Amino acid sequence: MAKKLMKGCEAIGEAAIHAGCKLFFGYPITPQNEIPEYMSHRLPQVGGTFVQAESEVAASNMLYGASGSGERVLTSSSSPGISLMMEAVSYLAGSELPVVIVNIMRAGPGLGGILPSQSDYFQATKGGGHGDYRLLVLAPWSVQEAADLVQDAFDLADFYRNPVMVLGDGLIGQMMEPVEFGAERVPCKPLAPKTWAATGCDGSRPTNIVNSLFLDPEVLEQHNIKLKAKYDRMVRDEVRVAEYFTDEPYDLLLVAYGTVARVCSTAIEDLREQGVKAGLIRPVSLFPFPYAAVRAAAAKAKGVLVVELSSGQMIEDVQLALRGAKPVYFKGRQGGMLISPDEVAESIREVLAGGAVEVVNG
Amino acid sequence: MAETVVFSRPQALAAVQTHYCPGCTHGVIHRMVAEVIDELGLRARTVGIAPVGCSVLAYNYFAMDFHEASHGRAPAVATGIKRARPDLIVFTYQGDGDLASIGMAEIVHCANRGEKVTVVFVNNAIYGMTGGQMAPTTMPGQVATTCPLGRDVEQAGHPIRVVEMISTLRTPAFVARASVHTPLYAVNAKEMLRRAFRYQKDGTCFSLVEILSTCPTNWGMPPAEATRWLEKTMMPYYPLGVFKTPERGDRAPRPLAAEEAVCRTM
Repeated sequence: MAKKLMKGCEAIGEAAIHAGCKLFFGYPITPQNEIPEYMSHRLPQVGGTFVQAESEVAASNMLYGASGSGERVLTSSSSPGISLMMEAVSYLAGSELPVVIVNIMRAGPGLGGILPSQSDYFQATKGGGHGDYRLLVLAPWSVQEAADLVQDAFDLADFYRNPVMVLGDGLIGQMMEPVEFGAERVPCKPLAPKTWAATGCDGSRPTNIVNSLFLDPEVLEQHNIKLKAKYDRMVRDEVRVAEYFTDEPYDLLLVAYGTVARVCSTAIEDLREQGVKAGLIRPVSLFPFPYAAVRAAAAKAKGVLVVELSSGQMIEDVQLALRGAKPVYFKGRQGGMLISPDEVAESIREVLAGGAVEVVNG
Repeated sequence: MAETVVFSRPQALAAVQTHYCPGCTHGVIHRMVAEVIDELGLRARTVGIAPVGCSVLAYNYFAMDFHEASHGRAPAVATGIKRARPDLIVFTYQGDGDLASIGMAEIVHCANRGEKVTVVFVNNAIYGMTGGQMAPTTMPGQVATTCPLGRDVEQAGHPIRVVEMISTLRTPAFVARASVHTPLYAVNAKEMLRRAFRYQKDGTCFSLVEILSTCPTNWGMPPAEATRWLEKTMMPYYPLGVFKTPERGDRAPRPLAAEEAVCRTM
């Protein structure tokens, strides 16, 4: 199939349709409105259904019902809307329902602003909703990768019976890039029939109950142990990470995800021409976080520079990965301010010249 | 002599004991919902949604596929199921705290979109499972654990009349209120439920049946007295009847000129 110039939000919608998604429930919020807009005209063309819900609370619970019925279903939102969905996310995880949630992050806290940010990292990877649960979290750095990860997200969600979040920022959602969809998709995971779905029971099987309520503490503990085993399998099997400029020697390792990693790679490329050597590691899965890969890559550097559009969230996972083995430095912008390759280059020079302050404690 | 079965457990009802208190009408309502589903031949393609509240374990009592929703969100879950699988018969079973307080947005918009689902709304004027707190439908002066001196309408407002409110929506719907506190009223309530499920079966419209219910435990009175209290206190405020049908649901405003004429004569 030929490459097509598409906005990130539209590519995400088209990717979902390529993955067999038949239902979208959502509520308007900037900067991701092009996803529901795209789905509202595209889904009916493929026999699907689009519903504009009365709130993100309702949209995420519509997801629950549709997923519990065995269908592939998508929602998208941006940070404040994702906060409203966190109740349902906990229930979806508890009831083991596969859904795909796209968060096109904007700056917070509160109403914050509408410009790009990465300040929902904690919410996405460390909880957000109540209870012991995990989301698989995937972070694209290009429109093509957003389209690819959204399709994989549906397979991963079905395979693990767990919500999967695709975590982008306003840049991913709004920029246009060439994108290509394969004619015949092969699922990235083996997919079993959804025999657990509540689709009406004619007596040929026991009734199916989509549920996260277990009043008996012994039963609930067993349920939690089962969920934990699933999250452990994700940690073992679903780490995705990319490295750049690490084939050659480097003095400093940069860690960044999403569009920020692209800015970093431009900075590193510019500096390489000037003899300044830095490498880059980019977590593609934020949960599971590539702890081992970050630690191994950092072993070859004198220090590690974490770059984020936040006041420092992923840096805590980098520190966990390093366990004090290397000094860690941080460069961040907040509030919807972007970071330029020149700024990153300046930070790299500062760290290598010994002029930067090490981040000692998270 | 050949035996004739004159009474049996509905197929749609599981052969288990419920946890409901003595004198609570959930059991009667469960049974009537199950009977209607059986009589209409819908059981194999029916999916129910249990709420949060006393009927949170309804999925154990109905012999059919079920979802357990979070508090108040059952109409949103129902929307998701019905849109994913329009061939299924989808019903929610909700109490007054679930539907009329925390889930008010979900029920209003589900009704307004005209989702072809059925809502069984059990109004017992109190939060039962959490131990008798004030509900949006608690009567003025009624004592609850969070209004120990009785509901003060100056502070808490007046009880919400759900079917009256839903029936103002322009979207076609079947909206009715019934009661089960005597056998005669229960027969009528079952007929309302039958009509509600039939409208869904025919793909006609959204349907909601509010059923007044007793809660002797949290009202603090014996079952017989609770029944009398329902009739004396609740029924005058929550009148029974059919409030809206898809055939006669258009509450178009009167022409402004006519309204002005009324104003001028006042």
